[in-house]
Amino acid sequence: MNSWFGNALTRAEAIDDWLHEKRAASLALLRDTDWPTRQTEAWKYTSLKKLEQLDFSDGSPAPVIDVSPISGLNSINLVFIDGVLQSIPADLPEGLTIMPLAQVPDEHQPWVLDQFAGVKPQQHLFGLINDTLATNGLVIDVAPQVDLKHPIHITQTMTAGNEAHCRTLVRVGAGARVTVIEHLAGNQESFNTSFTEYSLATKAELEHYRLALQSDAALTIGGSHFNLDTQATLNSTIVGYGSDLARIDVDISHQGEGTLAKLDAIYLLDKQTHFDLHSNIEHTAPNGTSDERVRGIVADKARAVFNGRIHIHRYAQKTSAELNNRNLLLSRDAEVDVKPELEIYADDVSCAHGATIAEIDQLALYYLRSRGIGLEQAHLMLNFGFINELIDQIPNAVLADWLRQQLSGRFTRMNEIKHSGQEATQ
Amino acid sequence: MLSIKNLKASIAGKTILKGLDLTVNPGEVHAIMGPNGSGKSTLGYVLSGREAYIVEEGSILFEGVDLLTMDIEERALAGLFLAFQYPLEIPGVSNLEFLKAAVDAQREARGEPLMSSKEFLSAAREACKAVRLPTEFLKRGVNEGFSGGEKKRNDILQMLMLQPKLCILDETDSGLDIDALKLVADCVNSQRDAKRSFIVVTHYQRLLDYLKPDYVHVLSEGKIIKSGGPSLAPELEEQGYAWLARQPGEEKSL
Ligand SMILES: Nc1ncnc2c1ncn2[C@@H]1O[C@H](COP(=O)(O)OP(=O)(O)O)[C@@H](O)[C@H]1O
Ligand SMILES: [Mg+2]
Repeated sequence: MNSWFGNALTRAEAIDDWLHEKRAASLALLRDTDWPTRQTEAWKYTSLKKLEQLDFSDGSPAPVIDVSPISGLNSINLVFIDGVLQSIPADLPEGLTIMPLAQVPDEHQPWVLDQFAGVKPQQHLFGLINDTLATNGLVIDVAPQVDLKHPIHITQTMTAGNEAHCRTLVRVGAGARVTVIEHLAGNQESFNTSFTEYSLATKAELEHYRLALQSDAALTIGGSHFNLDTQATLNSTIVGYGSDLARIDVDISHQGEGTLAKLDAIYLLDKQTHFDLHSNIEHTAPNGTSDERVRGIVADKARAVFNGRIHIHRYAQKTSAELNNRNLLLSRDAEVDVKPELEIYADDVSCAHGATIAEIDQLALYYLRSRGIGLEQAHLMLNFGFINELIDQIPNAVLADWLRQQLSGRFTRMNEIKHSGQEATQ
Repeated sequence: MLSIKNLKASIAGKTILKGLDLTVNPGEVHAIMGPNGSGKSTLGYVLSGREAYIVEEGSILFEGVDLLTMDIEERALAGLFLAFQYPLEIPGVSNLEFLKAAVDAQREARGEPLMSSKEFLSAAREACKAVRLPTEFLKRGVNEGFSGGEKKRNDILQMLMLQPKLCILDETDSGLDIDALKLVADCVNSQRDAKRSFIVVTHYQRLLDYLKPDYVHVLSEGKIIKSGGPSLAPELEEQGYAWLARQPGEEKSL
């Protein structure tokens, strides 16, 4: 057992709060779990070495940093710095309750206890670690039939030398509509785990974002997990930059009939960054639809891992499930490891699954050049267009514009660096 | 402006243009008609520099400069513009971004100062109005989900923005309804002046009625087999192309 893990277990033992029973069960499971090696299937392409080497013993206190909201978004903002919640806005709209995980009133505790580690599958090692260590986090309750105009924007940022574990639970009542943005930021040497469990009641609608915009030495492992009851709708967008270690697990469980889930994921990786996305779609009830599109640009020596599992259970007849993964590799040293997993036990389903390495469209290149746009710029436009196609589909226009700006800025910088690098070697 | 001599060009090892001659002077409008598969689009592609098209023989001078040594974008920056028979869809690249990049490149090449975003936006809106495309189309991917007619009008919009010297319109009128055809003709006519030239590939007399070309050529099996004034077009409309092919003696009549 490596020292980070041993240390985490020791810290977990010391925690005693109202979630004690839940934490104890996960701790028991953890004790029986081996620390992953390269032979561990779920961690085959993602090394934990960077985490094993972490040493935050001289932990610095959290500095005050400014986390400004996205302008024009009109969101309900919740900010965590190094795992510490800054404040909960006063006068929330009617039908919306937001509580710190550490202070959940008695009347909410039963459902929270039910949902805690109840949506997220047990097999995620860091999910279990988060079960035992996450004393920070949020509980969000959206009452039935409530239509929330303003997105809930949860920002988590980390500063150098810190480790934090956050847990969020979101309950969306029957027929309610809400947008939740999980926004993770920071580029300094740090480690965070962040797991969020969503439960969508009958006909609930959730527009969800997980913006994993950490980079460089900010290590991050987490997941967003969803239970969908009858006719519930999920529209989720995931964006990842990749860092020394970035891993996200998404589980969508279609438990009621006639559910609809759309999942788009975009990653843009450079330098030696790593981004690992594991998605798992479970269809356990009939007439469910899932549509998953994953697109990434991988440059330099970066590495993307995508594991896309679709599991259609015996009774999930008339399921329609699609998964498409395309990667654009911008250098010979860039790498993607894609593993599709299809398990279909119902006979009346439609399921399509494809993974390809994208290539630049020569005809499109000609069209751009025929209008006077130089070869290099035409390449950049088409390469960015490859992921911009998904940004164009983002339902929130303000957020789409903001993300387009962030991603295109990052993409431009990536290419400028490469360019000056080339010149330097000439 | 443009001087093509004995042009032979091939695609995928198949020779399509088999010795084509054409001279276009500043301010002239030339119509090219001819049967399907005769090489009309090929001529446009060769002029624009599309890579798969190989020039085997002959020369093309554009304003006295050898066009064949120039890259695709260099030709565009020199003032050559091809409106495509089938304009391409490029999802993910917005019309606006595309237009801005193209206009910036043109202005840079001409040594003109770049337009501010505001100037550019108002020019783009103006152009939209001229081709009757809603301005929301500027935000969409290039031609993404556009109807056939909208794609053609989008190409004309680009022509209006880029102000080229030589415009080649490849069946821009095909698939347009009567109003849209009139609109495209009006746009072209609005751009005509003593310096700007047009090569208009079409199957229909109707467009030519609006444009009143200076010359009409018939392209058949990779060669111009007949050239004439505007009166040639109605003749062709009536009699088809077959009678020309049977009278090779007429080939050099002009
Ligand atoms: N990629 C290709 N490979 C082989 N032949 C081609 C290719 N593209 C076009 N052609 C052929 O070139 C000929 C001329 O085509 P085109 O210039 O499009 O004719 P037009 O525009 O006059 O109808 C046609 O016979 C067509 O089949
Ligand atoms: Mg043609």
